[in-house]
Amino acid sequence: MGYTLVFSDLLPYWDVLLHGLIFTIVLTIVSTIAGIALGTAGASARAFGPKWLDLLVGAYVEIIRNTPFIVQLFFIFFGLPAAGIKLSETVAAFLAMTINLGAYSTEIIRAGIQAVPKGHIEAGESLAMSRMQVLRYVVLKQAFQKIYPALSSQIVIVMLGSAVVSQISAEDLTYAANYIQSRNFRAFEVYLVVTLLYLLLAIAARAILRGIGRWAFPKA
Amino acid sequence: MSDFSFWVILSNLLLATRWTILLSLIAFVSGGIVALILLFARVSGRPWLERLTRWYIEFFQGTPLLMQLFLFFFGVALFGVDVDPWIAAWLALTFWTSAFLTDIWRGCVEAIPKGQWEASDTLALSYVEQMRYVILPQAARIAIAPTVGFSVQVIKGTALASIIGFVDLTKAGTMLNNATFRPFLVYSLVALIYFALCFPLSWYAHRLERQLHAAR
Repeated sequence: MGYTLVFSDLLPYWDVLLHGLIFTIVLTIVSTIAGIALGTAGASARAFGPKWLDLLVGAYVEIIRNTPFIVQLFFIFFGLPAAGIKLSETVAAFLAMTINLGAYSTEIIRAGIQAVPKGHIEAGESLAMSRMQVLRYVVLKQAFQKIYPALSSQIVIVMLGSAVVSQISAEDLTYAANYIQSRNFRAFEVYLVVTLLYLLLAIAARAILRGIGRWAFPKA
Repeated sequence: MSDFSFWVILSNLLLATRWTILLSLIAFVSGGIVALILLFARVSGRPWLERLTRWYIEFFQGTPLLMQLFLFFFGVALFGVDVDPWIAAWLALTFWTSAFLTDIWRGCVEAIPKGQWEASDTLALSYVEQMRYVILPQAARIAIAPTVGFSVQVIKGTALASIIGFVDLTKAGTMLNNATFRPFLVYSLVALIYFALCFPLSWYAHRLERQLHAAR
């Protein structure tokens, strides 16, 4: 085959990799929090809001779920400036990931809300709880407990999908890989190492999410 | 001029869409074949075979599809072969698709009651015969809805092949954007065409799922 893999050529670029790794982690954490907040609002609107709002959120969910993330990213980064909204690559990446996770988590959380027995809502109301209190203490708590595993896997999927933000020059882990291979020409080695870093990230994320689940929903 | 430009953009995007459709079909079929083989290994009851397929699934589900595309694109080149984006995209999408389909189908096989395995065991059927005549025909019914649903992920996944130079719908959008400087229009149309491809499948998968629940 006449090709020897050389991994030592990566060593001078360890700080580039670290920078990319941190960016990917921060990007995931911030857009996860924002995306789940958006999804909670969307699911609540679909379940308890007026019919027109249900349709509107439903359209948002279907459009996002049936188009590729990369197209959503390009639309936000390249398309919106034409409409007068100019975003930096970092903000565009955050926004695209939040909107993407928001749509998926809307559907996941809605499934959880639908699984809450009607009697529980009525019981809350008969205790003179306000609408918001019923939502907060009765509905969402149970809903999240039920859908927590599904939501966790969606978060990992979104994290891995974030590799695409390198295409608008957001400086994530994949961007670091592209940067390094354009300088030392060790493309396969760089991508292999970065792929394994993503694998470690996914395994770590799953472990952390499992831990959070055990803390938030004891003996679930 | 503006009107002319719109039709040029739309017709070029639609022309590129056939490559998106073709790549999706090829990846789905070859991924399905690999997944079927892996499924036999995954539920074989042999610990080392099961562990091996679990690692395979873990790797391809736990890493970005984009990285897999890069690895195949630059990995095949190491052997001195001139890599066509077609080959790299096909290989990467096949491995990626098979990892997810194996997992989906494993769930369907495990939904079949243990008694079915035991009964076919009693009839002295071999493992392959048990799968072929007893388990898979029943599991296939449960598997249809999630499999159709996953085909949407495959279509969306092919969009990443544009990054390694595969001229699909997304790549055509990027090129048209560079030529026309009308990003809002171009990417709206690209999104619309993907939606037109994916939404009917999503809707059909959802309907199948409800039918299956009603039948139970």
